[in-house]
Amino acid sequence: MKQKIGIVIGVVLILLWCLLPVAWIISMSFKDEASITNGNPGFLPGDGTFAGWENYRAVWDNDQFRRAIWNSIGISLIATILSVIVATLAAYAIARLEFTGKRLVLSMALAIAMFPVVSLVGPLFDMWRAFGIYDTWPGLIIPYMSFTLPLAIWTLSAFFREIPWEMEQAAQVDGATSWQAFRKVIVPLAAPGVFTAAILTFFFAWNDFVFGISLTSTEAARPIPASLAFFVGADPFNRPASLLAAAAVIATIPIIVIVLIFQRKIVAGLTSGAVKG
Amino acid sequence: MASIEMKNIVKQYGDGFPAVNDVSIDVADGEFMILVGPSGCGKSTLLRMIVGLEDITDGDMVIGGKKVNDLSPRDRNLSMVFQNYALYPHLSVYENIAFPLRLAKKPNDEVDKLVKDAAKTLELTEHLDRKPGNLSGGQRQRVAMGRAIVRQADAFLFDEPLSNLDAKLRGQMRTEISRLQKRLGITTVYVTHDQTEAMTLGDRVAVLKKGILQQLATPRELYENPGNLFVAGFIGSPPMNFLPIEVSGSRGKLPFGEVELPADKARAAEGKGLLIAGIRPEHFEDASIVSSGGREREGGATFRTTVEVVEWLGNETYAYIPFEAPPEVEKQLRQLEQELDGEALRTQLVVSLDGASRIQEGQEAEIWMDASKMHLFDPGTGQNLTVDREHAGQIGEETVSEQATPA
Repeated sequence: MKQKIGIVIGVVLILLWCLLPVAWIISMSFKDEASITNGNPGFLPGDGTFAGWENYRAVWDNDQFRRAIWNSIGISLIATILSVIVATLAAYAIARLEFTGKRLVLSMALAIAMFPVVSLVGPLFDMWRAFGIYDTWPGLIIPYMSFTLPLAIWTLSAFFREIPWEMEQAAQVDGATSWQAFRKVIVPLAAPGVFTAAILTFFFAWNDFVFGISLTSTEAARPIPASLAFFVGADPFNRPASLLAAAAVIATIPIIVIVLIFQRKIVAGLTSGAVKG
Repeated sequence: MASIEMKNIVKQYGDGFPAVNDVSIDVADGEFMILVGPSGCGKSTLLRMIVGLEDITDGDMVIGGKKVNDLSPRDRNLSMVFQNYALYPHLSVYENIAFPLRLAKKPNDEVDKLVKDAAKTLELTEHLDRKPGNLSGGQRQRVAMGRAIVRQADAFLFDEPLSNLDAKLRGQMRTEISRLQKRLGITTVYVTHDQTEAMTLGDRVAVLKKGILQQLATPRELYENPGNLFVAGFIGSPPMNFLPIEVSGSRGKLPFGEVELPADKARAAEGKGLLIAGIRPEHFEDASIVSSGGREREGGATFRTTVEVVEWLGNETYAYIPFEAPPEVEKQLRQLEQELDGEALRTQLVVSLDGASRIQEGQEAEIWMDASKMHLFDPGTGQNLTVDREHAGQIGEETVSEQATPA
């Protein structure tokens, strides 16, 4: 009983620690903009300063913001899908085949992951302008992919190694080509790994700020985190805090939705049945 | 349906180690062939070469009159049951069984009919919607068999399919496999290390040791006419007893006493000096039971000895009698024991007596032995000198040279 109370207290403390800033953002997004400038310190909006959905409506009506959301969703999804496809194929080869340069591929992947993002921004900026993909979707998708691939490859090859060889051999004896065995048996079995890799990739792409602000110049490709930095209200000397808060909340929604969807898949994959007899 | 012909099959690994060495086995259409041997004898490798999961270094693999050496597993039209069943955990039992049919792009109604039929044969109908992870070991085993029989394969291949089951279930599934094979009349190759499975299931049994075929014969022929020491020791439970014997004329001197040998056996052993005699436990008996039951037989001998341990099983009694062997025989026996994966600590005789026997532990007893069933082996080469070649199937020719050049 004592233990239970201890656990409950611990959980509440951790939740407070993690969720308080989020809760504050949400509370702020419902406060009247003018009242924040004047000072509105309470957690709940003070008397007569409750703005309702006004801030959200204002943000949503903002063309710049809608473009940014669209950019972020598109770029992150494409980067995730491509990265997971490439990582799945690469990880399968690494887990199953003996080829020269296997160690090289693995250590190269680690080396790429080690580079600080900031150190590559300068060269990329120059290169992208030369290639003509500065301020375009591919200009962001490519760096996102290359920075998330190493982690995805390492995660997935660990998953593939867990799957017994017999699975594939059984599929081949049953009449499957190597590709069919891979697609119908190995990938479904590695699904939890595939979704883990997908979530990690999506997080990276969605949350990235450095590439987003350095490799874009207009709304053609600017993703949300960068866009929020340029978010100015009517008065350029007065940052519209409540609007920003509303925008931040909206920007968080897709990621929550995606995590919820994928998490169910991960759990389903983990419990779908043991491989071994 | 097809026959499987293996012609001088060799499997050599990268380090030059021959896992399978010059093995030739013909499996007739509809035959149940067993590959048996201790671990590391190459039986599984051979099976995987039949199905195409393992490359063939040398020799020809001919299935249904067609050379398949370079065909991939999917083009050989064989079905296989793996040791750990290799069921697809993400698919239901139904989809597991239907998997080969789906790959063959069969229409849905046909798939449904075939899967339902297979499930009915294996009594899996009520489990079709479950996932393999929720099934018991025996049920998984049946699903694996369902996946094998649902397709019109040319042959079934089994890789130690019963080794993960408990003893009782193993016995039941053994009968089940035998019945299924008889009913479908399909060519079957079955790998096992269990000699009971080998004896009960097979039309013919191929005994392998270190990648070399020792003997290929029916279970009865193997039991009654083992080609060499290894086969003699491997087939039978409890195993055949091996005793040093000195033959002079028609008399053989065993550690327990002298015995009169039948004329043909004496002739085979003439001038060979010290040999190894092989006698199965059931060819001994409590002398008092033999005489009281009027079961006195020709060519027998009785001897007195002290019984060390007695195991009474109801219908029969096992008695253990230790003996001393001369060093050259003991060395050979120890080596044999190693090859059989055994760990006998001492040279002892295991005799199977009638359950009515009253012999007690530590007692001096009179034991009767049937000398006409005795085999004589050359201690150097391990060959059976008294083998009846007409009833011994095919005996591996390599035995002698293999012994001379240890791997």
